[in-house]
Amino acid sequence: MTLPIESKKSAHITLRLNGEAAETSFAPYKTLLEVLREDLGLMGTKHGCELGECGACAVLVDGEPMLSCLLLGLECEGRDVVTVEGLDHEGRLHPLQEAFADLGATQCGYCTPAFLLTAKALLDRDPDPSRDAIREALSGALCRCTGYLQIFEAVEAAVVKIAADKKVSR
Amino acid sequence: MSQHEHRIIGTPRRRVDGRAKALGQTRFADDIVLPRMLHCKLLRSPHPHARIVRIDASRALARPGVHLVLTGRDLPIEYGILPVSQDEQALCLDKVRFVGDPVAAVIAREELIAFEALDDIVVEYEPLATISDPDEGLRVATPRIHEYGEEGNIHKRVAFAFGDTDAGFAEADHVFEDTFFYQGNTHLAIEQHASVAAVDPDGKLCIWSSTQTPHYLHRALAKVLAMSPAHIRVIATPNGGGFGGKSDPFNHEIVVSKAAIVLGRPVKICLTREEVFYCHRGRHPVLMRIKTGVKKDGSITAMHLQTLIDGGAYGSYGVASTFYTGALQTVTYRVPRYRFEGCRVFTNKPPCGPKRGHGTPQPRFGQEIQLDKIAEKLAIDPAELRLRIVESPNAVTANYMRLGTIGLAECIRRVVERSEWKTRYRRLPEGRGIGIACSSYLSGAGLPIYWNAMPHSGVQLKLDRGGGVTVFCGATEIGQGSDDVLVACIAQILGIDPFDVRAVTGDTDLTPVDLGSYSSRVTLMMGNAAIQAAERAREQLAAAVAPHLEIPPTRLVFAGGRVFDTEDPAAGISFREAVCLAEARFGTIGTVGSYTPPASPARYKGGGVGPSPTYSYSAAVVEVEVDPTTGWLTVPRVWIAHDIGRALNPTLVRGQVEGSVYMALGEALMEEQTFRRLPNKLSKALVHKFPSMLEYKSPTTLDMPEVFTDLIEDPDPRGPFGAKEVGQGPLLPIMPAVANAVYDAIGVRIDEVPITPEKIVKALDEKRAGRTPRYGPSAFPEIAWPEALRVPPPWEGGDGHAVNDPPRPRSAKKSKVIHT
Repeated sequence: MTLPIESKKSAHITLRLNGEAAETSFAPYKTLLEVLREDLGLMGTKHGCELGECGACAVLVDGEPMLSCLLLGLECEGRDVVTVEGLDHEGRLHPLQEAFADLGATQCGYCTPAFLLTAKALLDRDPDPSRDAIREALSGALCRCTGYLQIFEAVEAAVVKIAADKKVSR
Repeated sequence: MSQHEHRIIGTPRRRVDGRAKALGQTRFADDIVLPRMLHCKLLRSPHPHARIVRIDASRALARPGVHLVLTGRDLPIEYGILPVSQDEQALCLDKVRFVGDPVAAVIAREELIAFEALDDIVVEYEPLATISDPDEGLRVATPRIHEYGEEGNIHKRVAFAFGDTDAGFAEADHVFEDTFFYQGNTHLAIEQHASVAAVDPDGKLCIWSSTQTPHYLHRALAKVLAMSPAHIRVIATPNGGGFGGKSDPFNHEIVVSKAAIVLGRPVKICLTREEVFYCHRGRHPVLMRIKTGVKKDGSITAMHLQTLIDGGAYGSYGVASTFYTGALQTVTYRVPRYRFEGCRVFTNKPPCGPKRGHGTPQPRFGQEIQLDKIAEKLAIDPAELRLRIVESPNAVTANYMRLGTIGLAECIRRVVERSEWKTRYRRLPEGRGIGIACSSYLSGAGLPIYWNAMPHSGVQLKLDRGGGVTVFCGATEIGQGSDDVLVACIAQILGIDPFDVRAVTGDTDLTPVDLGSYSSRVTLMMGNAAIQAAERAREQLAAAVAPHLEIPPTRLVFAGGRVFDTEDPAAGISFREAVCLAEARFGTIGTVGSYTPPASPARYKGGGVGPSPTYSYSAAVVEVEVDPTTGWLTVPRVWIAHDIGRALNPTLVRGQVEGSVYMALGEALMEEQTFRRLPNKLSKALVHKFPSMLEYKSPTTLDMPEVFTDLIEDPDPRGPFGAKEVGQGPLLPIMPAVANAVYDAIGVRIDEVPITPEKIVKALDEKRAGRTPRYGPSAFPEIAWPEALRVPPPWEGGDGHAVNDPPRPRSAKKSKVIHT
């Protein structure tokens, strides 16, 4: 049986994925979201619309939160991609993950990866953001469960934890 | 009660599934990938109402990579969530009833191939006249959307008279009559519905699905596939949000099951966002007329409520929704005489069903705004008015709802105090205002959907020699914290760390039945079943440990992973050793618990909707700012107090309260599921106005106000550790509180949701023109109501029966059969 031409895995990219060198082949029409989930088996990245509306598929590309449903896999050649699978380190949760789990910032958990990654991008450029800055940074993602407030509080708790950890390691 | 007793219960804790969720490792239905898995897409009708003349799928079948095309002929058996509304077919056989109704399914090697093959299927339709709203449905009897129902396009009409309302209105000092409209809206769970079906190596069907009700899906699959339920396994994957939108058995679930059986290979479907809007089962649009008589002191003498409900194209939960629009008006404030008439009409739109609050937010919206109007007329502070008329704990209402504890007065006092209500109400500058409203909600439906005498929730425990405990329960984790409640109850009773408990849930093969995550039933029902199972296990352990420690079992304490003497805490053994002792003495340790709600005093037909073991109560004050030029409305602050009975995990309870406030603000300010007609040249179809998340507006982080949450704890003996529901009740007071705050801010009444800037501007125009400063419906259509069932309240000598109860139709009896 012949498959339609567009289904052939004729596209190939090399990239940095969650801190490691990676390469993958996929059908060229696929979005980064599809490549991550279907060709790389990284199911932590979620989808809620595949049209750039809900924000659930956010990943970090070169440190910036991007909607993986609006990026072609082919556009990621040579780029640095971080998904939720790249947040914990040697079995230890990232302070944002700890805070989200502890403080009610995750309910159904479906939008959680996107919020975690978007918050990480914020903290990477602003280690002590105001509540308004957090609101603004997270405004591209929708959460239907929490009403967002416990998410804000978790980000603020992670800020404190990260600062304390830095002090200790200094 | 010893100090050890509540170390887990009542303490803010990380939820048991928190780690998995923060790691992105929770496996949702669409995350399941199986070897040789095929993909399914559904072809949906472009017509709102049409007869299917012919379907030709030959070209689709010939397309490379296509394995199967299914049509209505392959799945002709009708199903539906309610026994009285078995009106759906997995794929439409004779006709389609709304734009989006599925007519065929393609199963192919890849999703893209299946999608493209949809275009190859030729469907010849014969369009029929459409019904766009209930008004039209009342007037136009043919063509009928369904061949069942009351008559024409009226699906269900109900009428009740609880006491002599005419006498009640006659003795009132004032009678108020208002009409309100509540627009429909949808759940918008971020996870799109997904299912994977496979035939397991033993030849049995297994389906993983994002469902809130695996037990009811199990039943529907057995019926439509004509298979023994023993050969079907339903696994409810954790839902990426439910809110009621995943509570029906869905056509896509049945289609992939059939395809997996036909092909012998796993088949997956994941709906697109647009398709999720067509699945819907969301909030019914409801037009209401409320007539209320009051004395000068504010006490209610009688109430008469009429609801006209836009059902959409199928029954879904609609008959229950119809009863729910009238069932809970009496459980918040004392209403001694009550009349209710409700009418649900079929329309050619996606079917409406249960969304958070199920049928009760709409009349609650009207009732609470009307109370605001009453308070103004009587010159009583609206908070004070509500305090005066709060129902009494343990009362039986006019419609025979038996109440439990009522923390509403304390809720009102708390939000009044924290919002500084007394110094701010009527005193804020023009354009700013505050409003108050209250509500109540079920802690679980008192009756199952299929009436039977079996428990509503079952729990099994397995104790391991290593000290681990596995708990099995059919309850479904939809984000609300179902698994956490289950584990917390077990860990508390056995005195062990929640982390030592493993929860196996939502799997019809492995877990005893729990009816599902709907009607706010899980905490109360599953919690009570879990406590019973754990207490039975503790009893066995105590019987083995007591002789070992040479003390009576009554002196044993289970806490901190140990079993010890309350009089000499050092004398004790580890929980693990206790399990070993018990196993040596009694054999394998396994216990069960189950829960059945108490019988309701409501004995009349229709009295099955509304009873609950107990009810939660909420009060909210909302602050608004309105720009009088643009009508732009913002909500900077919300104060809410919720009568939770007891907070099992305060972190999660607060999350449910704030999540409810959030969703309520969406409904109050922006969310609406509306439709428009395409122009003549484009078929005149009735289509969804905006089946996308970009245009269906919902609140973002930037729209969320500050919320001050108070939990009022007055343990209810009917709840596990005293707990009541929290998932739905706190949504209810917000919409009317917003409307009341708008009135305080700018002196106009917006008697419908959503309260958009456009409506505010229109109402302000009315005000400037010297007309009634209001935006809302002005009339309620004439409806041929049936003779009301007359049920005298207890204080009029009633016993819960109707005095004119008609003989029950045979079908009602049939619905009691467990499996047909």
